[in-house]
Amino acid sequence: MAVRIQSEAAVSQKADLGLMEEPPAPETLSTVSTLTVATPPAIERVNRHRLPVRISHWLNVPFLIILIMSGLQIFNAHPALYWGDRSDRDRPVFSIRPVQMDDGELKVVTTILGHQFDTTGVLGYSDGMRRAFPAWVTIPSAKWLAMGRQWHLFFSWLFVINGLIFTAYAFASRHATRDLTPTGKDLRSIGKSLRDHLVLRHPTGDEAKRYNVLQKLAYASILFFIAPLIVFTGLAMSPTIDTAFPWLLTIFGGRQSARTIHFVACFSFVGFIVVHVLQVILTGFFNNIRSMVTGWFVAKHEGVGHEA
Amino acid sequence: MKHERAMERRRFLKGTLGAASLVALSGCDNLTQSSWFPAILSKAERWTETAQRAITPQNALAKEYGEADISKIFPANGNTDPGTEQYAEHVAQKFSEWTLDVVGLVQMPRSWSLAALKELPSRTQITRHDCVEGWSAIGKWTGVPLGDLMHQVEPLPNARYAVFHCADVDDEGVSYYESIAVADCYHPQTILAYELNGEPLDVPHSAPLRLRFERQLGYKQAKYVMKVALVESLAGIGGGKGGYWEDQGYEWYAGI
Repeated sequence: MAVRIQSEAAVSQKADLGLMEEPPAPETLSTVSTLTVATPPAIERVNRHRLPVRISHWLNVPFLIILIMSGLQIFNAHPALYWGDRSDRDRPVFSIRPVQMDDGELKVVTTILGHQFDTTGVLGYSDGMRRAFPAWVTIPSAKWLAMGRQWHLFFSWLFVINGLIFTAYAFASRHATRDLTPTGKDLRSIGKSLRDHLVLRHPTGDEAKRYNVLQKLAYASILFFIAPLIVFTGLAMSPTIDTAFPWLLTIFGGRQSARTIHFVACFSFVGFIVVHVLQVILTGFFNNIRSMVTGWFVAKHEGVGHEA
Repeated sequence: MKHERAMERRRFLKGTLGAASLVALSGCDNLTQSSWFPAILSKAERWTETAQRAITPQNALAKEYGEADISKIFPANGNTDPGTEQYAEHVAQKFSEWTLDVVGLVQMPRSWSLAALKELPSRTQITRHDCVEGWSAIGKWTGVPLGDLMHQVEPLPNARYAVFHCADVDDEGVSYYESIAVADCYHPQTILAYELNGEPLDVPHSAPLRLRFERQLGYKQAKYVMKVALVESLAGIGGGKGGYWEDQGYEWYAGI
Protein backbone atom coordinates (compact mmCIF):
# COMPACT_ATOMS: atom_id res chain seq x y z
CA MET A 1 0.00 0.00 0.00
CA ALA A 2 2.81 2.37 0.97
CA VAL A 3 4.46 1.73 -2.35
CA ARG A 4 1.35 2.72 -4.19
CA ILE A 5 1.01 6.02 -2.33
CA GLN A 6 4.63 6.77 -3.10
CA SER A 7 4.26 6.14 -6.75
CA GLU A 8 1.13 8.31 -6.89
CA ALA A 9 3.20 11.12 -5.42
CA ALA A 10 5.84 10.46 -8.01
CA VAL A 11 3.20 10.73 -10.66
CA SER A 12 2.17 14.24 -9.81
CA GLN A 13 5.75 15.37 -9.39
CA LYS A 14 6.83 14.03 -12.72
CA ALA A 15 3.70 15.26 -14.35
CA ASP A 16 4.40 18.79 -13.24
CA LEU A 17 7.93 18.48 -14.54
CA GLY A 18 6.68 17.20 -17.82
CA LEU A 19 4.26 20.03 -18.27
CA MET A 20 7.00 22.59 -17.62
CA GLU A 21 9.51 21.10 -19.95
CA GLU A 22 7.33 20.24 -22.84
CA PRO A 23 3.56 20.76 -22.90
CA PRO A 24 1.91 17.48 -23.79
CA ALA A 25 -0.12 17.29 -26.94
CA PRO A 26 -3.32 15.74 -25.66
CA GLU A 27 -4.13 14.04 -28.86
CA THR A 28 -4.36 10.32 -29.29
CA LEU A 29 -3.56 7.09 -27.60
CA SER A 30 -0.20 7.16 -29.30
CA THR A 31 0.78 10.75 -28.56
CA VAL A 32 2.58 10.71 -25.30
CA SER A 33 4.45 13.08 -23.12
CA THR A 34 7.51 11.01 -22.53
CA LEU A 35 9.33 11.30 -19.26
CA THR A 36 12.46 9.33 -19.49
CA VAL A 37 14.16 11.02 -16.53
CA ALA A 38 13.31 7.72 -14.97
CA THR A 39 14.26 6.32 -11.67
CA PRO A 40 12.26 3.09 -11.38
CA PRO A 41 9.37 2.71 -11.62
CA ALA A 42 9.33 5.12 -14.54
CA ILE A 43 6.01 6.77 -14.92
CA GLU A 44 4.44 8.09 -18.01
CA ARG A 45 1.28 10.10 -18.41
CA VAL A 46 -0.68 9.38 -21.51
CA ASN A 47 -3.70 11.18 -22.84
CA ARG A 48 -5.60 8.03 -23.41
CA HIS A 49 -9.18 9.04 -24.23
CA ARG A 50 -10.18 12.08 -26.20
CA LEU A 51 -13.05 14.28 -25.05
CA PRO A 52 -15.73 13.10 -27.52
CA VAL A 53 -15.03 9.48 -26.57
CA ARG A 54 -15.27 10.33 -22.87
CA ILE A 55 -18.54 12.22 -23.22
CA SER A 56 -20.08 9.51 -25.36
CA HIS A 57 -18.91 6.82 -22.94
CA TRP A 58 -20.40 8.42 -19.84
CA LEU A 59 -23.68 9.26 -21.57
CA ASN A 60 -24.02 5.60 -22.39
CA VAL A 61 -23.85 4.62 -18.72
CA PRO A 62 -27.30 5.97 -17.78
CA PHE A 63 -28.67 5.37 -21.29
CA LEU A 64 -27.84 1.67 -21.25
CA ILE A 65 -28.96 1.09 -17.67
CA ILE A 66 -32.31 2.74 -18.43
CA LEU A 67 -32.71 0.93 -21.76
CA ILE A 68 -31.95 -2.46 -20.23
CA MET A 69 -34.23 -1.96 -17.22
CA SER A 70 -37.13 -0.49 -19.18
CA GLY A 71 -36.60 -3.22 -21.77
CA LEU A 72 -37.07 -5.86 -19.08
CA GLN A 73 -40.29 -4.07 -18.10
CA ILE A 74 -41.52 -4.41 -21.69
CA PHE A 75 -40.41 -8.05 -21.82
CA ASN A 76 -42.45 -8.72 -18.67
CA ALA A 77 -45.63 -7.87 -20.59
CA HIS A 78 -45.17 -11.10 -22.55
CA PRO A 79 -42.30 -13.08 -21.06
CA ALA A 80 -41.70 -15.41 -23.96
CA LEU A 81 -39.55 -15.33 -27.09
CA TYR A 82 -40.16 -17.03 -30.42
CA TRP A 83 -38.44 -17.69 -33.71
CA GLY A 84 -39.97 -16.64 -37.02
CA ASP A 85 -42.73 -14.17 -37.70
CA ARG A 86 -45.47 -15.26 -35.34
CA SER A 87 -45.77 -16.28 -31.72
CA ASP A 88 -46.93 -19.87 -31.43
CA ARG A 89 -47.62 -20.02 -27.72
CA ASP A 90 -46.78 -23.70 -27.54
CA ARG A 91 -43.39 -23.26 -29.19
CA PRO A 92 -41.40 -20.52 -27.50
CA VAL A 93 -37.58 -20.60 -27.65
CA PHE A 94 -37.55 -18.99 -24.23
CA SER A 95 -40.27 -18.39 -21.71
CA ILE A 96 -40.81 -17.67 -18.04
CA ARG A 97 -44.16 -19.01 -16.91
CA PRO A 98 -45.72 -19.51 -13.50
CA VAL A 99 -47.34 -22.90 -13.08
CA GLN A 100 -49.85 -23.79 -10.40
CA MET A 101 -48.90 -27.08 -8.73
CA ASP A 102 -51.49 -29.62 -7.61
CA ASP A 103 -51.05 -28.57 -3.99
CA GLY A 104 -51.75 -24.95 -4.92
CA GLU A 105 -48.10 -23.91 -4.72
CA LEU A 106 -46.90 -21.60 -7.49
CA LYS A 107 -43.77 -22.71 -9.26
CA VAL A 108 -42.03 -20.94 -12.10
CA VAL A 109 -40.89 -22.86 -15.12
CA THR A 110 -38.31 -21.16 -17.30
CA THR A 111 -37.96 -22.84 -20.67
CA ILE A 112 -34.86 -22.39 -22.83
CA LEU A 113 -34.97 -24.18 -26.21
CA GLY A 114 -37.17 -26.91 -24.81
CA HIS A 115 -35.20 -27.39 -21.59
CA GLN A 116 -37.13 -26.59 -18.45
CA PHE A 117 -35.73 -25.08 -15.29
CA ASP A 118 -37.40 -24.36 -11.98
CA THR A 119 -36.63 -20.71 -11.28
CA THR A 120 -39.11 -20.17 -8.45
CA GLY A 121 -38.02 -17.25 -6.30
CA VAL A 122 -35.60 -15.88 -8.90
CA LEU A 123 -37.54 -15.30 -12.08
CA GLY A 124 -41.22 -15.29 -12.80
CA TYR A 125 -42.74 -14.62 -9.44
CA SER A 126 -41.84 -11.99 -6.90
CA ASP A 127 -43.55 -9.90 -4.25
CA GLY A 128 -46.70 -11.95 -4.69
CA MET A 129 -46.89 -10.84 -8.32
CA ARG A 130 -46.63 -12.84 -11.48
CA ARG A 131 -43.78 -11.07 -13.20
CA ALA A 132 -40.85 -12.49 -15.11
CA PHE A 133 -38.11 -10.09 -14.02
CA PRO A 134 -38.33 -8.79 -10.45
CA ALA A 135 -39.19 -5.19 -9.59
CA TRP A 136 -35.61 -4.22 -8.73
CA VAL A 137 -34.40 -4.65 -12.32
CA THR A 138 -37.26 -2.94 -14.14
CA ILE A 139 -38.16 0.69 -14.85
CA PRO A 140 -40.62 1.59 -13.48
CA SER A 141 -40.43 -0.94 -10.65
CA ALA A 142 -44.18 -1.60 -10.76
CA LYS A 143 -45.63 -3.58 -13.64
CA TRP A 144 -46.43 -0.77 -16.06
CA LEU A 145 -45.93 -1.45 -19.76
CA ALA A 146 -47.06 1.96 -21.03
CA MET A 147 -44.55 3.80 -18.85
CA GLY A 148 -41.79 1.28 -19.58
CA ARG A 149 -42.29 1.97 -23.28
CA GLN A 150 -42.13 5.73 -22.70
CA TRP A 151 -38.76 5.39 -20.97
CA HIS A 152 -37.45 2.89 -23.51
CA LEU A 153 -38.46 4.76 -26.66
CA PHE A 154 -37.22 8.13 -25.36
CA PHE A 155 -33.82 6.81 -24.35
CA SER A 156 -33.46 4.73 -27.49
CA TRP A 157 -33.49 8.03 -29.41
CA LEU A 158 -30.75 9.44 -27.19
CA PHE A 159 -28.76 6.20 -27.45
CA VAL A 160 -28.96 6.21 -31.26
CA ILE A 161 -28.02 9.91 -31.54
CA ASN A 162 -25.07 9.38 -29.20
CA GLY A 163 -24.04 6.31 -31.17
CA LEU A 164 -24.21 8.12 -34.50
CA ILE A 165 -22.11 11.04 -33.24
CA PHE A 166 -19.57 8.64 -31.74
CA THR A 167 -19.37 6.60 -34.95
CA ALA A 168 -18.87 9.69 -37.09
CA TYR A 169 -16.14 10.87 -34.73
CA ALA A 170 -14.49 7.46 -34.44
CA PHE A 171 -14.09 7.16 -38.19
CA ALA A 172 -13.26 10.82 -38.88
CA SER A 173 -10.55 10.85 -36.20
CA ARG A 174 -9.35 7.35 -37.18
CA HIS A 175 -9.98 6.23 -33.57
CA ALA A 176 -11.87 3.27 -35.01
CA THR A 177 -9.14 2.14 -37.37
CA ARG A 178 -6.11 3.06 -35.27
CA ASP A 179 -7.16 2.13 -31.76
CA LEU A 180 -10.03 -0.32 -32.10
CA THR A 181 -9.13 -2.46 -35.10
CA PRO A 182 -6.88 -5.38 -34.20
CA THR A 183 -3.67 -5.55 -36.24
CA GLY A 184 -2.27 -8.74 -37.71
CA LYS A 185 0.26 -8.81 -34.91
CA ASP A 186 -2.57 -8.42 -32.40
CA LEU A 187 -4.45 -11.34 -33.84
CA ARG A 188 -1.39 -13.59 -33.78
CA SER A 189 -0.93 -12.88 -30.08
CA ILE A 190 -4.51 -13.68 -29.24
CA GLY A 191 -3.64 -16.95 -27.50
CA LYS A 192 -1.10 -15.29 -25.26
CA SER A 193 -3.49 -12.44 -24.48
CA LEU A 194 -6.18 -14.94 -23.57
CA ARG A 195 -3.84 -16.80 -21.21
CA ASP A 196 -2.73 -13.52 -19.64
CA HIS A 197 -6.31 -12.46 -19.05
CA LEU A 198 -7.20 -15.80 -17.52
CA VAL A 199 -4.43 -15.56 -14.92
CA LEU A 200 -5.22 -11.84 -14.47
CA ARG A 201 -1.77 -10.80 -15.70
CA HIS A 202 -2.31 -7.35 -17.10
CA PRO A 203 -0.09 -5.41 -19.47
CA THR A 204 2.16 -2.74 -18.01
CA GLY A 205 4.34 -0.02 -19.52
CA ASP A 206 3.96 0.64 -23.22
CA GLU A 207 1.62 -2.29 -23.60
CA ALA A 208 -0.84 -0.69 -21.17
CA LYS A 209 -1.03 2.51 -23.21
CA ARG A 210 -2.87 0.86 -26.03
CA TYR A 211 -5.78 -1.54 -26.07
CA ASN A 212 -4.76 -5.18 -26.10
CA VAL A 213 -6.23 -7.52 -28.66
CA LEU A 214 -9.05 -8.81 -26.47
CA GLN A 215 -9.99 -5.26 -25.54
CA LYS A 216 -10.04 -4.24 -29.19
CA LEU A 217 -12.18 -7.20 -30.11
CA ALA A 218 -14.56 -6.61 -27.20
CA TYR A 219 -14.95 -2.88 -27.83
CA ALA A 220 -15.15 -3.18 -31.61
CA SER A 221 -17.74 -5.94 -31.49
CA ILE A 222 -19.88 -4.13 -28.91
CA LEU A 223 -19.64 -0.78 -30.76
CA PHE A 224 -19.87 -1.93 -34.34
CA PHE A 225 -21.80 -5.19 -34.10
CA ILE A 226 -23.93 -5.56 -30.97
CA ALA A 227 -24.99 -1.88 -30.76
CA PRO A 228 -26.17 -1.66 -34.40
CA LEU A 229 -27.72 -5.12 -34.01
CA ILE A 230 -29.79 -4.01 -31.04
CA VAL A 231 -30.91 -0.86 -32.89
CA PHE A 232 -31.87 -2.68 -36.09
CA THR A 233 -33.67 -5.52 -34.30
CA GLY A 234 -35.50 -2.84 -32.31
CA LEU A 235 -36.53 -1.14 -35.55
CA ALA A 236 -37.56 -4.47 -37.06
CA MET A 237 -40.16 -4.77 -34.30
CA SER A 238 -41.85 -1.61 -35.61
CA PRO A 239 -44.71 -2.46 -37.97
CA THR A 240 -44.29 0.89 -39.74
CA ILE A 241 -40.53 0.51 -40.24
CA ASP A 242 -41.18 -2.99 -41.59
CA THR A 243 -43.29 -1.52 -44.37
CA ALA A 244 -40.54 0.96 -45.26
CA PHE A 245 -37.66 -1.54 -45.00
CA PRO A 246 -39.04 -5.05 -45.51
CA TRP A 247 -35.50 -6.44 -45.74
CA LEU A 248 -35.21 -5.99 -41.98
CA LEU A 249 -37.67 -8.86 -41.56
CA THR A 250 -35.78 -10.90 -44.11
CA ILE A 251 -32.34 -10.56 -42.54
CA PHE A 252 -33.55 -11.29 -39.02
CA GLY A 253 -35.90 -14.07 -40.05
CA GLY A 254 -39.12 -12.41 -38.91
CA ARG A 255 -40.39 -10.01 -36.31
CA GLN A 256 -40.38 -12.50 -33.46
CA SER A 257 -36.83 -13.58 -34.33
CA ALA A 258 -35.84 -9.93 -34.30
CA ARG A 259 -37.35 -9.62 -30.82
CA THR A 260 -35.40 -12.69 -29.67
CA ILE A 261 -32.14 -11.34 -31.13
CA HIS A 262 -32.87 -7.97 -29.48
CA PHE A 263 -33.08 -9.79 -26.15
CA VAL A 264 -29.87 -11.77 -26.75
CA ALA A 265 -28.08 -8.56 -27.79
CA CYS A 266 -29.34 -6.94 -24.59
CA PHE A 267 -27.78 -9.71 -22.52
CA SER A 268 -24.58 -9.41 -24.55
CA PHE A 269 -24.49 -5.82 -23.32
CA VAL A 270 -25.11 -7.00 -19.76
CA GLY A 271 -22.29 -9.55 -20.08
CA PHE A 272 -19.97 -6.96 -21.59
CA ILE A 273 -20.75 -4.45 -18.83
CA VAL A 274 -20.04 -7.01 -16.08
CA VAL A 275 -16.68 -8.02 -17.55
CA HIS A 276 -15.80 -4.43 -18.45
CA VAL A 277 -16.44 -3.14 -14.92
CA LEU A 278 -14.54 -6.09 -13.42
CA GLN A 279 -11.55 -5.37 -15.65
CA VAL A 280 -11.67 -1.68 -14.77
CA ILE A 281 -11.47 -2.63 -11.09
CA LEU A 282 -8.76 -5.26 -11.56
CA THR A 283 -6.42 -3.18 -13.74
CA GLY A 284 -6.24 -0.10 -11.53
CA PHE A 285 -9.62 1.33 -10.72
CA PHE A 286 -8.49 4.88 -9.97
CA ASN A 287 -6.18 5.15 -12.96
CA ASN A 288 -8.83 3.78 -15.32
CA ILE A 289 -11.62 5.97 -14.02
CA ARG A 290 -9.40 9.05 -14.14
CA SER A 291 -8.40 8.30 -17.70
CA MET A 292 -12.04 8.02 -18.76
CA VAL A 293 -12.95 11.22 -16.87
CA THR A 294 -9.95 13.46 -17.56
CA GLY A 295 -8.22 11.56 -20.32
CA TRP A 296 -4.98 11.07 -18.40
CA PHE A 297 -3.73 7.55 -17.91
CA VAL A 298 -0.58 6.59 -16.07
CA ALA A 299 1.58 3.83 -17.47
CA LYS A 300 4.24 2.39 -15.20
CA HIS A 301 7.45 1.10 -16.71
CA GLU A 302 9.34 -1.60 -14.96
CA GLY A 303 13.10 -1.12 -15.02
CA VAL A 304 15.20 1.77 -16.29
CA GLY A 305 15.68 2.80 -19.89
CA HIS A 306 12.84 0.69 -21.08
CA GLU A 307 12.16 3.18 -23.78
CA ALA A 308 15.10 4.82 -25.43
CA MET B 1 -16.92 -22.37 7.53
CA LYS B 2 -15.82 -21.67 4.02
CA HIS B 3 -19.36 -22.18 2.85
CA GLU B 4 -20.67 -19.78 5.46
CA ARG B 5 -18.26 -17.13 4.35
CA ALA B 6 -19.27 -17.63 0.75
CA MET B 7 -22.90 -17.31 1.75
CA GLU B 8 -22.11 -14.14 3.67
CA ARG B 9 -20.23 -12.74 0.73
CA ARG B 10 -23.12 -13.56 -1.53
CA ARG B 11 -25.55 -11.88 0.86
CA PHE B 12 -23.32 -8.84 0.99
CA LEU B 13 -23.02 -8.69 -2.77
CA LYS B 14 -26.74 -9.14 -3.20
CA GLY B 15 -27.36 -6.46 -0.58
CA THR B 16 -24.98 -4.00 -2.20
CA LEU B 17 -26.31 -4.58 -5.68
CA GLY B 18 -29.85 -4.47 -4.41
CA ALA B 19 -29.22 -1.22 -2.54
CA ALA B 20 -27.53 0.41 -5.53
CA SER B 21 -30.32 -0.58 -7.87
CA LEU B 22 -32.90 0.54 -5.33
CA VAL B 23 -31.36 4.00 -5.20
CA ALA B 24 -31.34 4.18 -9.00
CA LEU B 25 -34.82 2.72 -9.19
CA SER B 26 -36.41 4.93 -6.60
CA GLY B 27 -34.84 7.82 -8.48
CA CYS B 28 -36.46 6.61 -11.68
CA ASP B 29 -39.73 5.92 -9.90
CA ASN B 30 -39.71 9.44 -8.46
CA LEU B 31 -39.15 10.81 -11.95
CA THR B 32 -41.96 8.65 -13.28
CA GLN B 33 -44.30 10.01 -10.60
CA SER B 34 -43.26 13.63 -11.11
CA SER B 35 -45.40 16.00 -13.12
CA TRP B 36 -42.70 17.17 -15.51
CA PHE B 37 -40.62 14.12 -16.41
CA PRO B 38 -43.21 11.99 -18.23
CA ALA B 39 -44.00 15.08 -20.31
CA ILE B 40 -40.38 15.04 -21.50
CA LEU B 41 -40.42 11.29 -22.16
CA SER B 42 -43.59 11.65 -24.20
CA LYS B 43 -41.79 13.95 -26.66
CA ALA B 44 -40.26 10.83 -28.19
CA GLU B 45 -43.67 9.96 -29.65
CA ARG B 46 -43.56 13.07 -31.88
CA TRP B 47 -39.95 12.39 -32.91
CA THR B 48 -40.85 8.83 -33.80
CA GLU B 49 -43.96 9.84 -35.72
CA THR B 50 -42.15 12.58 -37.64
CA ALA B 51 -39.20 10.33 -38.47
CA GLN B 52 -41.29 7.30 -39.43
CA ARG B 53 -43.67 9.31 -41.59
CA ALA B 54 -40.70 10.96 -43.30
CA ILE B 55 -38.97 7.70 -44.25
CA THR B 56 -42.01 5.53 -44.92
CA PRO B 57 -43.64 5.90 -48.35
CA GLN B 58 -47.28 6.78 -47.83
CA ASN B 59 -48.62 3.68 -49.53
CA ALA B 60 -45.89 1.20 -48.61
CA LEU B 61 -47.59 -2.07 -47.82
CA ALA B 62 -47.16 -4.15 -44.71
CA LYS B 63 -45.81 -7.60 -45.54
CA GLU B 64 -48.49 -10.00 -46.72
CA TYR B 65 -47.99 -13.65 -45.90
CA GLY B 66 -49.07 -16.97 -47.39
CA GLU B 67 -51.84 -19.28 -46.21
CA ALA B 68 -49.24 -21.54 -44.58
CA ASP B 69 -48.09 -18.70 -42.31
CA ILE B 70 -51.49 -18.18 -40.66
CA SER B 71 -51.47 -18.66 -36.87
CA LYS B 72 -53.38 -21.74 -35.76
CA ILE B 73 -54.78 -19.78 -32.86
CA PHE B 74 -55.27 -16.06 -33.30
CA PRO B 75 -55.48 -14.71 -29.74
CA ALA B 76 -58.59 -12.63 -29.13
CA ASN B 77 -57.18 -9.74 -27.18
CA GLY B 78 -58.76 -6.86 -25.33
CA ASN B 79 -62.47 -7.30 -24.77
CA THR B 80 -63.74 -10.67 -25.91
CA ASP B 81 -67.42 -9.81 -25.47
CA PRO B 82 -68.92 -6.35 -25.16
CA GLY B 83 -71.45 -7.91 -22.77
CA THR B 84 -74.12 -5.23 -23.17
CA GLU B 85 -77.79 -6.03 -23.69
CA GLN B 86 -77.77 -4.14 -26.97
CA TYR B 87 -74.88 -6.19 -28.27
CA ALA B 88 -76.48 -9.44 -27.12
CA GLU B 89 -79.52 -8.50 -29.19
CA HIS B 90 -77.31 -7.96 -32.25
CA VAL B 91 -75.75 -11.39 -31.69
CA ALA B 92 -79.24 -12.93 -31.48
CA GLN B 93 -80.20 -11.21 -34.74
CA LYS B 94 -76.95 -12.35 -36.35
CA PHE B 95 -76.03 -8.68 -36.80
CA SER B 96 -78.75 -8.13 -39.40
CA GLU B 97 -79.55 -4.75 -37.80
CA TRP B 98 -75.92 -3.69 -37.33
CA THR B 99 -75.10 -0.44 -39.06
CA LEU B 100 -71.93 1.52 -39.56
CA ASP B 101 -72.32 5.29 -39.45
CA VAL B 102 -69.69 7.54 -40.97
CA VAL B 103 -70.33 11.05 -39.70
CA GLY B 104 -68.70 14.27 -38.55
CA LEU B 105 -66.65 16.53 -40.78
CA VAL B 106 -67.80 15.03 -44.07
CA GLN B 107 -69.75 16.32 -47.07
CA MET B 108 -72.25 13.45 -46.98
CA PRO B 109 -72.67 11.50 -43.78
CA ARG B 110 -73.80 7.98 -44.50
CA SER B 111 -74.65 4.73 -42.87
CA TRP B 112 -74.25 1.21 -44.19
CA SER B 113 -75.84 -1.99 -43.05
CA LEU B 114 -73.46 -4.92 -42.64
CA ALA B 115 -74.96 -6.53 -45.73
CA ALA B 116 -74.40 -3.33 -47.76
CA LEU B 117 -70.77 -3.21 -46.64
CA LYS B 118 -70.26 -6.81 -47.72
CA GLU B 119 -71.50 -5.94 -51.18
CA LEU B 120 -68.83 -3.31 -51.69
CA PRO B 121 -65.54 -4.37 -53.30
CA SER B 122 -63.49 -6.15 -50.63
CA ARG B 123 -59.84 -6.69 -49.91
CA THR B 124 -58.31 -9.82 -48.42
CA GLN B 125 -54.92 -9.65 -46.77
CA ILE B 126 -52.83 -12.08 -44.73
CA THR B 127 -51.03 -9.82 -42.34
CA ARG B 128 -49.21 -9.81 -39.03
CA HIS B 129 -50.85 -8.40 -35.93
CA ASP B 130 -48.22 -6.99 -33.55
CA CYS B 131 -49.38 -6.62 -29.98
CA VAL B 132 -47.87 -3.89 -27.81
CA GLU B 133 -47.00 -6.69 -25.36
CA GLY B 134 -44.57 -8.11 -27.89
CA TRP B 135 -46.26 -11.12 -29.49
CA SER B 136 -47.39 -11.44 -33.12
CA ALA B 137 -50.12 -13.44 -34.82
CA ILE B 138 -50.87 -13.85 -38.50
CA GLY B 139 -54.42 -13.85 -39.83
CA LYS B 140 -56.30 -13.53 -43.09
CA TRP B 141 -58.62 -10.56 -42.98
CA THR B 142 -61.35 -9.67 -45.44
CA GLY B 143 -63.10 -6.34 -45.38
CA VAL B 144 -63.97 -3.15 -47.11
CA PRO B 145 -61.15 -0.63 -47.67
CA LEU B 146 -61.84 2.36 -45.45
CA GLY B 147 -60.57 4.62 -48.24
CA ASP B 148 -63.52 3.54 -50.41
CA LEU B 149 -65.95 4.69 -47.72
CA MET B 150 -64.03 7.94 -47.35
CA HIS B 151 -64.40 8.63 -51.08
CA GLN B 152 -68.15 8.27 -50.66
CA VAL B 153 -68.54 10.55 -47.64
CA GLU B 154 -65.88 13.07 -48.76
CA PRO B 155 -64.09 14.36 -45.68
CA LEU B 156 -63.96 18.14 -45.24
CA PRO B 157 -60.54 19.77 -45.45
CA ASN B 158 -60.41 20.37 -41.69
CA ALA B 159 -61.04 16.69 -40.81
CA ARG B 160 -57.81 15.43 -39.21
CA TYR B 161 -58.77 12.31 -37.29
CA ALA B 162 -61.12 9.41 -37.85
CA VAL B 163 -62.52 8.33 -34.48
CA PHE B 164 -63.84 4.77 -34.20
CA HIS B 165 -66.61 4.31 -31.67
CA CYS B 166 -67.00 0.75 -30.46
CA ALA B 167 -69.82 -1.31 -28.96
CA ASP B 168 -67.80 -2.46 -25.96
CA VAL B 169 -67.43 -0.85 -22.55
CA ASP B 170 -64.88 -1.72 -19.89
CA ASP B 171 -65.63 -2.85 -16.31
CA GLU B 172 -66.13 0.74 -15.27
CA GLY B 173 -68.53 1.53 -18.08
CA VAL B 174 -66.04 3.51 -20.15
CA SER B 175 -66.69 3.11 -23.87
CA TYR B 176 -63.93 1.93 -26.13
CA TYR B 177 -62.85 4.19 -28.94
CA GLU B 178 -59.78 4.61 -31.07
CA SER B 179 -58.55 7.08 -33.67
CA ILE B 180 -56.18 7.31 -36.62
CA ALA B 181 -55.16 10.13 -38.94
CA VAL B 182 -57.58 10.73 -41.82
CA ALA B 183 -54.64 10.42 -44.23
CA ASP B 184 -54.04 6.85 -42.96
CA CYS B 185 -57.65 5.89 -43.76
CA TYR B 186 -56.67 5.87 -47.43
CA HIS B 187 -53.86 3.32 -47.02
CA PRO B 188 -54.82 0.32 -49.16
CA GLN B 189 -54.47 -2.09 -46.21
CA THR B 190 -56.61 -0.03 -43.86
CA ILE B 191 -59.87 -1.98 -43.94
CA LEU B 192 -62.98 -2.55 -41.90
CA ALA B 193 -62.81 -6.32 -41.66
CA TYR B 194 -65.77 -8.65 -41.34
CA GLU B 195 -63.98 -11.98 -41.90
CA LEU B 196 -61.04 -13.71 -40.27
CA ASN B 197 -59.53 -16.72 -42.05
CA GLY B 198 -62.51 -16.96 -44.37
CA GLU B 199 -65.15 -17.04 -41.61
CA PRO B 200 -67.35 -14.19 -40.41
CA LEU B 201 -65.80 -12.67 -37.28
CA ASP B 202 -66.89 -14.43 -34.10
CA VAL B 203 -67.70 -12.53 -30.94
CA PRO B 204 -64.23 -12.80 -29.31
CA HIS B 205 -62.65 -11.55 -32.55
CA SER B 206 -65.02 -8.59 -32.56
CA ALA B 207 -68.04 -9.55 -34.64
CA PRO B 208 -69.24 -8.11 -36.86
CA LEU B 209 -66.75 -5.40 -37.81
CA ARG B 210 -63.30 -4.28 -36.78
CA LEU B 211 -60.56 -2.02 -37.99
CA ARG B 212 -57.39 -3.43 -39.53
CA PHE B 213 -54.70 -0.75 -39.58
CA GLU B 214 -51.71 -2.86 -40.47
CA ARG B 215 -48.87 -0.42 -40.01
CA GLN B 216 -49.46 0.15 -36.32
CA LEU B 217 -49.70 -1.93 -33.14
CA GLY B 218 -52.59 -4.12 -32.08
CA TYR B 219 -54.26 -1.71 -29.70
CA LYS B 220 -55.08 0.59 -32.63
CA GLN B 221 -57.22 -2.15 -34.24
CA ALA B 222 -60.58 -0.98 -32.91
CA LYS B 223 -63.04 -3.82 -32.28
CA TYR B 224 -66.87 -3.92 -32.58
CA VAL B 225 -66.88 -0.74 -34.70
CA MET B 226 -70.26 1.04 -34.90
CA LYS B 227 -69.38 4.56 -35.92
CA VAL B 228 -66.58 6.46 -37.59
CA ALA B 229 -66.62 10.17 -36.75
CA LEU B 230 -64.29 12.57 -38.52
CA VAL B 231 -63.08 15.37 -36.28
CA GLU B 232 -60.57 18.18 -36.22
CA SER B 233 -59.41 17.65 -32.65
CA LEU B 234 -59.37 14.75 -30.21
CA ALA B 235 -59.98 16.99 -27.22
CA GLY B 236 -63.25 16.30 -25.47
CA ILE B 237 -63.59 12.76 -26.79
CA GLY B 238 -63.18 10.18 -24.02
CA GLY B 239 -60.08 11.15 -22.03
CA GLY B 240 -58.94 13.39 -24.87
CA LYS B 241 -55.90 11.35 -25.90
CA GLY B 242 -57.43 9.75 -28.96
CA GLY B 243 -58.31 6.29 -27.71
CA TYR B 244 -59.12 4.02 -24.80
CA TRP B 245 -55.54 2.77 -24.54
CA GLU B 246 -54.09 6.20 -25.18
CA ASP B 247 -56.07 7.46 -22.19
CA GLN B 248 -54.27 4.75 -20.16
CA GLY B 249 -50.87 6.15 -21.15
CA TYR B 250 -50.08 4.36 -24.42
CA GLU B 251 -48.87 6.42 -27.38
CA TRP B 252 -51.38 7.63 -29.96
CA TYR B 253 -48.77 7.04 -32.66
CA ALA B 254 -48.27 3.29 -32.36
CA GLY B 255 -45.84 2.73 -35.24
CA ILE B 256 -43.30 1.06 -32.93
